[in-house]
Amino acid sequence: MHNTASIVDTLTEAEVLRLREDFPILQTEVNGHPLVYLDSGATAQRPLGVLDAERDYLLNLNAAVHRGAHTLAAEATDAFEDARETVARFVGADADEIVWTSNATEAVNLVAYSLSNASAGRGGAEADRLRLGEGDEIVTTEMEHHANLIPWQELAARTGATLRVIPLDDDGALRMEEAARLIGPRTRIVAVTHVSNVLGVINPIEEVIALAREAGAMVLLDACQSAPHLPLDLHALDVDFAVLSGHKMLGPTGIGALYGRRDLLEAMPPFLTGGSMITTVTTTEAAYLPPPQRFEAGTQRVSQAIALAAAVRYLEQVGMPRIAAHEAELGALLVDGLGAIDGVRVLGSGIARPRVGLASFDVAGIHAHDIGQILDDAGIAVRVGHHCAQPLHRRLGITASTRASTYLYTTRDEVDAVIAGVARAIDFFRRR
Amino acid sequence: MTSSDLQGLYQELILDHSRAPYGYGLREPIAAQSHQLNPTCGDEITLQMHRAPDGTIEAVAWEGHGCAISQASASLFAELVEGMPEDEVIKRIDAFREAMRSRGRIEPDAELLGDAAALGGVSKYVARVKCAMLAWVAAEDALRKG
Repeated sequence: MHNTASIVDTLTEAEVLRLREDFPILQTEVNGHPLVYLDSGATAQRPLGVLDAERDYLLNLNAAVHRGAHTLAAEATDAFEDARETVARFVGADADEIVWTSNATEAVNLVAYSLSNASAGRGGAEADRLRLGEGDEIVTTEMEHHANLIPWQELAARTGATLRVIPLDDDGALRMEEAARLIGPRTRIVAVTHVSNVLGVINPIEEVIALAREAGAMVLLDACQSAPHLPLDLHALDVDFAVLSGHKMLGPTGIGALYGRRDLLEAMPPFLTGGSMITTVTTTEAAYLPPPQRFEAGTQRVSQAIALAAAVRYLEQVGMPRIAAHEAELGALLVDGLGAIDGVRVLGSGIARPRVGLASFDVAGIHAHDIGQILDDAGIAVRVGHHCAQPLHRRLGITASTRASTYLYTTRDEVDAVIAGVARAIDFFRRR
Repeated sequence: MTSSDLQGLYQELILDHSRAPYGYGLREPIAAQSHQLNPTCGDEITLQMHRAPDGTIEAVAWEGHGCAISQASASLFAELVEGMPEDEVIKRIDAFREAMRSRGRIEPDAELLGDAAALGGVSKYVARVKCAMLAWVAAEDALRKG
């Protein structure tokens, strides 16, 4: 899948400059310097078309969806469901397999709490196969974002299941021989990230998925760092669940999505309950709508969903294979350029896997906050800290790192700027 | 090449303290002690306030890891309050906090805070105030615990 990226044309310099015109924030100055935005892994900037789509909806169509029979309500519902279809197509899924959530964290929690509710006896006979208890195992990895770790810790604690963690090698790569040992007949669900938010490495998820399939376990894929940057086909990957983050893929904050295989969503009891997810309600009990509505209690994030669909269309128009090729180039430049600086260790650089445009690094004797401060002074925005992945950092013997992450609008000059900036920062602290 | 604010943030004195910190290394017996963590970056400190029989602070001992600002700040604090009565220490913690939270409006009182006044530049960088406060918050917590 990602190999296609290498044989596809990348974005030309002129194209990237043209794309940048759609992102006015990239023209701003920070601390007297042109902004060099290399924190898209945390949140991407939004093009005007995405902002316009949200505004157009609010100016022309705004109404409550899935309730109310007036014309505007019907049109708003259509637009909302069109957005679901657009996002579903983008990730290789069907519309009724996409559940809107507030963010990817909520999407993981939705699955964890639904399994938890099933384990507590909710969901009737259909949910039998989703029940977890003592002797069952949940498998995740040492490189996960906290959002794909803590919900599983909590689920294990609530159900009596055991959490098993696939360890990393000294480079930070998943130890696949350990994965093969850990994933077995007791495994009920495997939660793994597609692309590490710290290492930028594309994991061998096909192998993890194959192991889970063999064991009869479900797979949840954290696609937060892959869906924005790579072509993604969830049906082809054959995962059971996947979680998406809107604001990392040119969309708004406050919107994310859960992909769930139809038969699983149909068997799952709800997580959040209340309005808009029911059929018949009495004072003592309620019957629930089929998915995805079963999992969309309360007022939905309508304008955000519509804006996310606009973001997806923007990405499709540029072309995901070309975006992936562009970012693979930038990622290689980052790893090589930063790695060539004396005293810099690029995390995961020893892993022989394809990567996205993201590199985190440690500088011997200089803390990430201090590096980030010098870069910020020059208008260069990077992320410093543990990037919500404390176990990964601990495994690599550090508490924090500095991360530069690109997107389709990132230029080679910006990559050069951060490499030069890091060299300058090291000089600043070493010379004095 | 770097802005004057940044030069003010990373003064020579601060970098010196971060490289050769004062009071580094915990001691036995354990005195009033506090462990503080900055959850956004994972920086942490364990700080002990060792009291003399007369109640003054005989020594501050600490261990931790973090950025140059947090390390220098712990070092400067340890140097500042040694030999001081407890109420004087509290007064200095309060004054330091007030300056740090001022977004650059309040210059730290050098008479009260000694060399630690060099950390005044931090208050312009809101994201870094927690780094500078870490040791001082730990000291306050340790004293409160008794």
